[in-house]
Amino acid sequence: MKAAHYWHCFVGIQTREWLRFWQQRTRFASALVRPLLWLVVFAAGFRAVLGISIIPPYQTYITYETYIAPGLCGMIILFNSMQGALSMVYDRELGSMRVLLMSPLPRPFLLVTKLLAMGVVSVGQVYVFLLLALLVDVEPPLWGYLAVLPALILASLMLGALGLLIATWIKQLENFAGVMNFVIFPMFFMSSALYPLWRMNEASPWLYWICQFNPFTHAVEAIRFSLYLEWNPMAFGITAGVTVVLSLLATAGFRPQRTKILGTSKPA
Amino acid sequence: MTIEARNISFRYGDKPVLKEVSFALTSGRFHALLGPNGAGKSTLFGLLTRLLALQQGELLLASQSLKKQPSEAMRQIGVVFQQNALDLDLTVRQNLLYHAALHGLSRKEARTRGDRELARFELLERANDPVRKLNGGHRRRVEIARALLHEPSLLLLDEPTVGLDVASRRALNDHVRTLCDEAGLTVLWATHLIEEVRQEDRVLILHQGQLLADGSGQAICEAEGTRDLAETFHTLTGAGYP
Repeated sequence: MKAAHYWHCFVGIQTREWLRFWQQRTRFASALVRPLLWLVVFAAGFRAVLGISIIPPYQTYITYETYIAPGLCGMIILFNSMQGALSMVYDRELGSMRVLLMSPLPRPFLLVTKLLAMGVVSVGQVYVFLLLALLVDVEPPLWGYLAVLPALILASLMLGALGLLIATWIKQLENFAGVMNFVIFPMFFMSSALYPLWRMNEASPWLYWICQFNPFTHAVEAIRFSLYLEWNPMAFGITAGVTVVLSLLATAGFRPQRTKILGTSKPA
Repeated sequence: MTIEARNISFRYGDKPVLKEVSFALTSGRFHALLGPNGAGKSTLFGLLTRLLALQQGELLLASQSLKKQPSEAMRQIGVVFQQNALDLDLTVRQNLLYHAALHGLSRKEARTRGDRELARFELLERANDPVRKLNGGHRRRVEIARALLHEPSLLLLDEPTVGLDVASRRALNDHVRTLCDEAGLTVLWATHLIEEVRQEDRVLILHQGQLLADGSGQAICEAEGTRDLAETFHTLTGAGYP
C-alpha cells in the first residue's frame, strides 16, 4: 500500500466522523450541557468554599471558574472518548466497525485514525465550550486557544485508546454506566480537574499520590498550562508517553472476536 | 481468484462451531452455502473476513495463506454482512465514498466507480438520499454496490436477503448471478432458504459445523437419491421444507 492510500483512508475516516457529527449536532450540543452546569452552577457554589492561591500557570489570583475550565475541557474529552470507544465495540458503531475492519490497511492504523477522528470532533466541542466560558469571564490569552490544540488532541487519543482497551478486554464493564462508575468518575475526581493537588495532599497524602499516578491529571495539566501559554514538560511528557503506550496496547491487542463486532455476544 | 479452506475448526469457548471444514471455491462461479440457522455460516464468514482469528486449519487465497497476506485478501474480497452495515444517517454516496476511502481510493476515483456501481444497480438517482429513506431491498443493493467498489474478485454474501419480501429476494439473487456471469466474479452466497439455490449451482451444505455435502446441486441429489435440493436438505439436516 502506498502513502496515498493511507492518506485517502485517513481523510475518509475523518470526513465520515464530521458528517456524523453534523447529522447528530443536537446530540453533541446537549453533551455540552454537563460541563456548562459544572462551570456555571457547581463553580458558583464552590467559589465561596474553595480559595485558590496563586499557582502556576496562573500569574494572579483566579476565580474558581477559571481554575476548573481546563478540567472541564478534559471532562468533555473524557466522556466523549470513552463513549466513542465503547460504541466502536458495543453498539452504535458495530456496522461501521465491520466496514472499517474490511479495509486492506493495517488495523492499528485504522483504529488509531478512527480514535483520532472521534477525538477531533470532541476537540471541536471543547472549543465551543471555551467560547461559552467567556461568558463567565474565563479568558485565557488569545494564542492559548491555538497552543492548547496539541494537548487536546493528545488527551483525546489517550482516553480513546484507554476506552478501546477497556471495551475490548474487560467484559464486566459492558455498558456505559459501568464505565462511568468505575472509570470515568474515579479518573475525573481523582485528578487535578476540580481542585489543585496541593489541597488534596493536605487532605490525604495517599489520595494525592493516586491523583499523581492518574494520567488524566497530567492531561488536564497539559491542557491548563498550554491554554495559558506555559510549557509543562512533565505533564506533556507523561500524557504523550501514556498515549503511545495505550494506543499500542489497544490496537495491537484488539481482537474483533473479543467484541460484539460480528453481531454476536458469544465469548471468544 | 479462488479461496480454499483446509480442515477449518472453530470453537466459542468449549462449544465447537465448525468441525474440520474443507472446500475450495471455483473461480467465477456462484456457490451457495446452505445451512439452517446456527449451522456455522456466519462464523465461517467471520474467518474468511478476518473478523475472527483462525484457531485450526488453513485458509488459502490463490494458493497463498490468508494469514500471511491479509492486506491482499481484503483487497480481493467484497463482503455483504447479514446485519445492515450502512450508516443510515449518511447518504448513499457518502456511504460509498467512505468505503472507497477505506480501500485507499481517491475521492475522484471513488465517485466515478460509485456512480458506475449505482447505475448498474439502478440507484443512481437515489445517490443523494439518506440511506434511512431507502427500502430494505434498495439498502441491500447499496451494500452490494459498496462491496464491489474496490473491484474484488470474490464476493461473500451472508444471508443477504434476510428481511426482504419474496420479489426483492428473487431480484437480488438474480442480480448477483448476472454479476457472476458478466464480471467473472466468484460468489459465496450463504442462505438457509432453499429457493435461493438452483440445481446447477455449486452447493455446500453446512449443518452443526460440519460440511455434509459439496458439489453441484444435481450431483448431490443423485448421491443422496433424492428428487431435488429441498429433499436433500431435509434428509441431511432434518430442516423442514421452506
